[in-house]
Amino acid sequence: MAVLMPDAVQQKIRERRKSLLPLLKKVQETEGFLSRETVRLISRKLRVTENEIYGVATFYPQFRFQPPGKHHIQVCLGNACHVGGAPNFMEAMKIEKNLGHGGTTPDRKLSLEGVGCLGCCAMAPVIVVNNEIYGRMNRVTFMRLVESLDSPEKPS
Amino acid sequence: MNVRQPKPPTRSPGKKKVPAPKTRILVCESTACASSKSAEIRAALEGAVVRLGLVDRVEVGFTGCHGFCQKGPIVVVEPDGVFYCQVKPGDANEIAESHLAGGEPVKRLFYRHPVTKEAVPLYKDIVFYKNQQRLILRNCGAVNPEKIEDYEDRGGYRGLEKAVTSMTPEQVVEEVKRSGLRGRGGAGFPTWYKWDVCRRQPGDEKYVICNANESAPGAFSDRSLLEADPHTVIEGLAILGYAVGASRGFIYCRAEYSLAAKRAQTAVDHAYGKKYLGKKVLGSNFCFDIEVFQGGGTFVSGEETALLSSLEGSRSMPRSRPPFPATKGLWGKPTIIDNIKTLACVPSIISRGGDWFASIGTAKSPGTAVFSLTGKIANSGIVEVPMGTRLSTLIYEIGGGIPNKKSLKAVQTGGPSGGFLPGGKIEMPLDFDSLQEAGSIMGSSGIMVMDEDTCMVDSARSFLSFTQSESCGKCVACRVGTRHMVGLLEKIASGKAAEEDLDKLERLGHIVRNSSLCGLGQTAPIPVLTALKYFRSEFIAHVVDKRCPAAVCRELVTFRIIPDRCTGCQMCVKVCPTKAISGPRSQAHNLDQSKCIKCRSCYEVCKFDAVAGEAIIIVS
Repeated sequence: MAVLMPDAVQQKIRERRKSLLPLLKKVQETEGFLSRETVRLISRKLRVTENEIYGVATFYPQFRFQPPGKHHIQVCLGNACHVGGAPNFMEAMKIEKNLGHGGTTPDRKLSLEGVGCLGCCAMAPVIVVNNEIYGRMNRVTFMRLVESLDSPEKPS
Repeated sequence: MNVRQPKPPTRSPGKKKVPAPKTRILVCESTACASSKSAEIRAALEGAVVRLGLVDRVEVGFTGCHGFCQKGPIVVVEPDGVFYCQVKPGDANEIAESHLAGGEPVKRLFYRHPVTKEAVPLYKDIVFYKNQQRLILRNCGAVNPEKIEDYEDRGGYRGLEKAVTSMTPEQVVEEVKRSGLRGRGGAGFPTWYKWDVCRRQPGDEKYVICNANESAPGAFSDRSLLEADPHTVIEGLAILGYAVGASRGFIYCRAEYSLAAKRAQTAVDHAYGKKYLGKKVLGSNFCFDIEVFQGGGTFVSGEETALLSSLEGSRSMPRSRPPFPATKGLWGKPTIIDNIKTLACVPSIISRGGDWFASIGTAKSPGTAVFSLTGKIANSGIVEVPMGTRLSTLIYEIGGGIPNKKSLKAVQTGGPSGGFLPGGKIEMPLDFDSLQEAGSIMGSSGIMVMDEDTCMVDSARSFLSFTQSESCGKCVACRVGTRHMVGLLEKIASGKAAEEDLDKLERLGHIVRNSSLCGLGQTAPIPVLTALKYFRSEFIAHVVDKRCPAAVCRELVTFRIIPDRCTGCQMCVKVCPTKAISGPRSQAHNLDQSKCIKCRSCYEVCKFDAVAGEAIIIVS
C-alpha cells in the first residue's frame, strides 16, 4: 500500500512524525513537563494517537509528566559520579527530604531526578540545579546546597 | 611526536590576510568550564581590558573545550600560549593588570605538575598535552566555535572544497579507503566499505547521519568535540554526503547536551551563510542540507538502527540486520551513520591525503584515538593519541598516574559495556584488535582508571545496572537476563551469595551476550565477565569470606573511629543523619554501630573538613 503512495505525501507524513520528538522536547522546555492537554493537542496536530505519543514519550527518560519543583535537582549517576559517591546524594535526599527519583516535595519547592551521565566526568560527582552545574560535590556540600535552596527565600 | 601548537605554525596562502599580532585571551566556555563560571571570567576580563585601555591590543574571546576539564576554567593567552587553570572570576583583574598590561604572567595560576609541583607556564609544555597527537581534536580550544572564520583560518572547509570541485565521489571513497579509517564508534568497521555500499545503491534519496548520541557514562569526547569544533563535523558530514550521493544530513545529538546542540546549530547556520551548505555547495552541483536533531537521551539510541527509529519519531529500538542501513536505513532509504569522531577525521584525510592518515597509528588501526580519561587519575580529561599507544603511556605519562599514592587496580576501556583490564595488562597497545583480544572493546571513548579502593563487584554491578536500565526491552535475553545478573551481583555484594552463584552469573552473561540483537545486549555482560575472569579472587572473598577487600560494599563493611586520631571536632556528629555518633567536644567520639546506616557522611566530612582528618576509617 505504502509503496503506491506518492512520494510527496509520504514525505509529508514522515516529516510530521519526525517532528514529534523535537516538539515534545520544546514543550517540556517551555512548560516544564508534558501535560495531558498538550499531548492531546500534539496528537491532533501531528495526527498521531495519544497512545502512540505516550508510548514514545515514556520510552525516553527525559520526559516528565508531572510538573517539576521550583528547584529541580538532577543528580548525575554516571559511572564516574557513581564512583565519586553520587548514590549517596540520592540516599541523603531520601532520608532528609523523603524525596526519591522523580519525586517532588509537597510544597513543590524541590524535585529530584537521577540522570545518566552529563558528560562532566572530570568534575565528578556532579549535580545540576535548574540547569546550573555544580561539580566536585560530597554529601556534606550537597546537603548544604539543598538546604540553601530549601530555606525561606529572600524576596527577589 | 607532534606537539599541539596553540597557533598554526604556517598558513597556506589563502584569501585571508595575516592578522596583526594582537594578544588574544581565550576563555574556555564548554559545559564543564561554564559550570565554574567561565562566562563571568570573560565578562570580568572584558571589563578590565576596557578599563585599562587595552582594547586595541587585546582581544577577549572564548573557545570550546581544551579537554583538561579537571583543571577548568582554563584561560589561554596567545600568541605566547600561556596556560592558566582553575581561574576564578576574581582573578580576572589580576590577569589583566599584571599580564595583559604589565607583561608579567600570573605565576599563581599556572598549571602545576602533579608530582614535582613545578609550575608550567606554557600550554605546550604541560605533560598532559605534550604526549598527545591531536588530529580529531586539532581545533578544540584553538578556535571560537561560533566563528566560522576561525575555522577557515585553520584550513577549514578546504577538504570539502577539494572534494566537490576536483574529485568524483568514487575518488573520495577511494581516498578514505587508502587512509584505512575505521569507525570510531567502537566497532572499528572499515568506513570506506559502508560508504561504497551506500554509494552504489540506486536512487537519489539517501541520508547521512552523524552519530553524536554519546550517552556512555564516563565518555565526554563527543560533547567536547561538538562544542569546541562543530565545523569539522559539518565538513566531514558534507564530504560524506558528497561521497555517497546524499542531499540531506542529520547531526543526531544527545538531548542532555544542550550547549553542544546549540553550537552545532549556530555553526550550521554560519555554514549556510558561506555556501558550504545548501544549494550548489561552493558553486558545484552538489546540494546538501544539515539538520541538528536532538534525541531523547537514551543510551540505546547510539546503536545505529535504534538511532534511525528515534529519528523517525518512534521509540528507539534496534532493528535486526541485515538489511544494513547502508542499503535500507532511514525511511527505508540507503543511509550512512558514522560516529562524530570518524567524521572529524574525514576533512583532514581529504585535504592531506589518505596516505598521510595511514602513516599514523598502527597498520591495522591507522589514525588516532580519542579517550576520555576519568576515574582515579591525576589528570583527567580528553586525550588523543595515535592508535597503538600503550595504556601505560596514557595513564602514567599523560594522565600523571594515580593520585594519593594509591596503586592501579584495573582499567576499564570502552565505557559501561567495556571490559576491566587488570594492572598487569597495562603495557598493551590500544587499538581495535588488541583490545578485543584482551576481552574488552574500544567502544565509546571512556577509559576509567580504578585504584585499590575500588571494589570490582561493586563496579561491575554499577556498570551493569546502567546497561540494564538502558535496555530497550526488545530482546528477552537482554531485558530479563541483565536484570537477573544485577540481582546476582547485589546478592554477592551483600555477602548472601554462594559459590555456585558465580558460575550462574557467568553462564547468564554468555547467554545475554550471544542472544541479544544489538550491541547493547551483546556487550552489556562484558564488565561482569572480565571482572570474573581477572578478579575472581575478589568475588570469592565476597562469597566465601563475606568480606569486601576494598571496603566498599556496604553490607560488608563497618565504620570505625580511631580514638587516637579523633580530636573531637564534632563535625561528624553534626552531619550524621541517624545520630549514631556522639561525644562531647574535644574528646574522641563514639560510633554506635546499631544506628549506623553506613552513609559515609562522617567519613567524607572527616576526610575533607575536620580538624584532624582521616580519623574515621572503613574496614571490612
